[in-house]
Amino acid sequence: MSLLRAALSDDLPRSRWLAIALVLVVLGLALAPFAFPGAKSLNVAAKICVFIVLAASFDLLLGYTGIVSFAHTMFFGIGAYGVAIALTRMGGEWSAVAVGLVAGLVVAIVLAALIGLFSLRVRTIFFAMITLAVASAFLILASQLPQLTGGEDGLNYRLPAVLRPSFALADGTFLGVRLNGRLVDYYLVYVVSFALVLLLLRIVNSPFGSVLMAIRENPFRAEAIGYRTVVYRTIASCIAAAVAALAGALLALWSSQTNPDTTLSFDIMVDILLMVVIGGMGTIYGAVLGATVLLFAQNYLQDLLGIASQAFAGVPLLANLFHPDRWLLWLGVAFILCVYFFPSGIVGSLRSSSGPRASLSARDASGPKDLKS
Amino acid sequence: MLATEDLTIRFGGHAAVDGVTCAFRPGTLTSIVGPNGAGKTTYFNLISGQLPATSGKVRLGGEDITSYPAPRRSRMGLGRAFQLTNLFPNLSALENVRLAVQVRSGKGFDLFSRTLGHRELLDRAMAHLSAVSLADRADAVAATLPHGDQRKLEVAILLALEPDVFMFDEPTAGMSIDEVPTILDIIAAIKQRGDKTILLVEHKMDVVRSLSDRIVVLHQGKLVADGPPAEVINSDIVREAYLGTAAHA
Repeated sequence: MSLLRAALSDDLPRSRWLAIALVLVVLGLALAPFAFPGAKSLNVAAKICVFIVLAASFDLLLGYTGIVSFAHTMFFGIGAYGVAIALTRMGGEWSAVAVGLVAGLVVAIVLAALIGLFSLRVRTIFFAMITLAVASAFLILASQLPQLTGGEDGLNYRLPAVLRPSFALADGTFLGVRLNGRLVDYYLVYVVSFALVLLLLRIVNSPFGSVLMAIRENPFRAEAIGYRTVVYRTIASCIAAAVAALAGALLALWSSQTNPDTTLSFDIMVDILLMVVIGGMGTIYGAVLGATVLLFAQNYLQDLLGIASQAFAGVPLLANLFHPDRWLLWLGVAFILCVYFFPSGIVGSLRSSSGPRASLSARDASGPKDLKS
Repeated sequence: MLATEDLTIRFGGHAAVDGVTCAFRPGTLTSIVGPNGAGKTTYFNLISGQLPATSGKVRLGGEDITSYPAPRRSRMGLGRAFQLTNLFPNLSALENVRLAVQVRSGKGFDLFSRTLGHRELLDRAMAHLSAVSLADRADAVAATLPHGDQRKLEVAILLALEPDVFMFDEPTAGMSIDEVPTILDIIAAIKQRGDKTILLVEHKMDVVRSLSDRIVVLHQGKLVADGPPAEVINSDIVREAYLGTAAHA
């Protein structure tokens, strides 16, 4: 128990259903290659891992610090392009991955620090506009530099040998699944994502994280008691940017192709905003559930509607309404209902339904020994 | 020692604080009185750095701190409680105070340890909450506390900063009669220690008279009287500027 507390940084789910949901996601993703075999489901599982990290890092900004940024996918793209460009130029070697990763991280952190120091003093809405402008400029830049980025088409490259489908980890199959490089790649993505989420959980539950929440709650008072809010906000922006860049690098390592649509587009920005809001802002766990739910809906709602449409095949209006092409409409309806009925997100609703919030001192009382160990 | 020299702030043509020169010695409690709009809270804002001075200087321990931002002044030992309750609304009472304790501990940039692992910060925060008799409300979300308890929490945050200069801006405003003594006892206890500078803005004249070593009167942004309570309260200029109206209030 004390190990679990330490891993979760004292931030326990505090709701039975939330705990169950989280265990399902963690186990489901861990067993995905064997439980849901097939190229598509493995691809969805890997994307869920990557987007959990991306959404959780956005939650650090939006939910914990109260910063509204539209540049988060830009950092995601920087991480992805860093690895993609290095692999394209230097070939499918781990040294290329290392170079690309470091370059992407440096660019992301420096850019986040510059945006932060120049513009975090301004009001929230103006900061949001500045990030929108920078991100737009970056998107255009990426498509206007085809020599470097491959332009609109993006880059296709070879992964390090261990991650290629042709690589055989062992002869034969296990539970009917070939033990090849894709499997290695998936578990690389899974383990790194898992570690990054735990890292973010630690940061938001650290003394630093407590200052971020104070700034979100009342920046004026946070200044008055002695915290330099611009410094804290800038550091939070840099951490979020770095983690987003790592998520981008993971995506580049998973998909062996990187283009503006999959890493830089504003569609992705809207997606991660929805993931955080639907999951529950300022909880990290919300990002985990939000990303899972949204990606499931995006990938399987169409199939589900196909089944429904066939069921209503005889009924003229209903068959049309549930036509697979209407999946975006139904996704939209689902979001509106979700935000309307669960304004504090999935996590907020689950926690409030399981009784009053566990308190700071009650948590101490329940585990003083754990805290000392 | 805290001092202001010819301190002035203008909003457009209007000088809200107009050339106030005054020094505050450690171990003394100075009450700043004056009618509404006299510039008392604005004067506090200039000292603690919430507003930039148009001209003049603020000095703390001989150092010119006029250009320092508010967080730096707070870390230097200028502690301020606000007139309008100004808390972290969705955090617990204990967390509100713990954040103030944390400032001086220098742990704010500790990214990788668990907040709850720092027992000493929690214990000190709890002690400050007990001092304002809020220990049993430690887990309550600040915004849900009744007004009187929010005022007490405001004072607990100030205590937790452990400053050299305590600035109280109407600490008992809006409190019920039976809650007032808790706050006054705290102020008296700080005064008892003898090494702290205390500035108090307060409308209740009986409070001012019993606690103050010295009274400074502001009127239309200007310092119009300064001296021991008995002397100042009975002076003509104060009767005219302030007590003439306040006596009936």
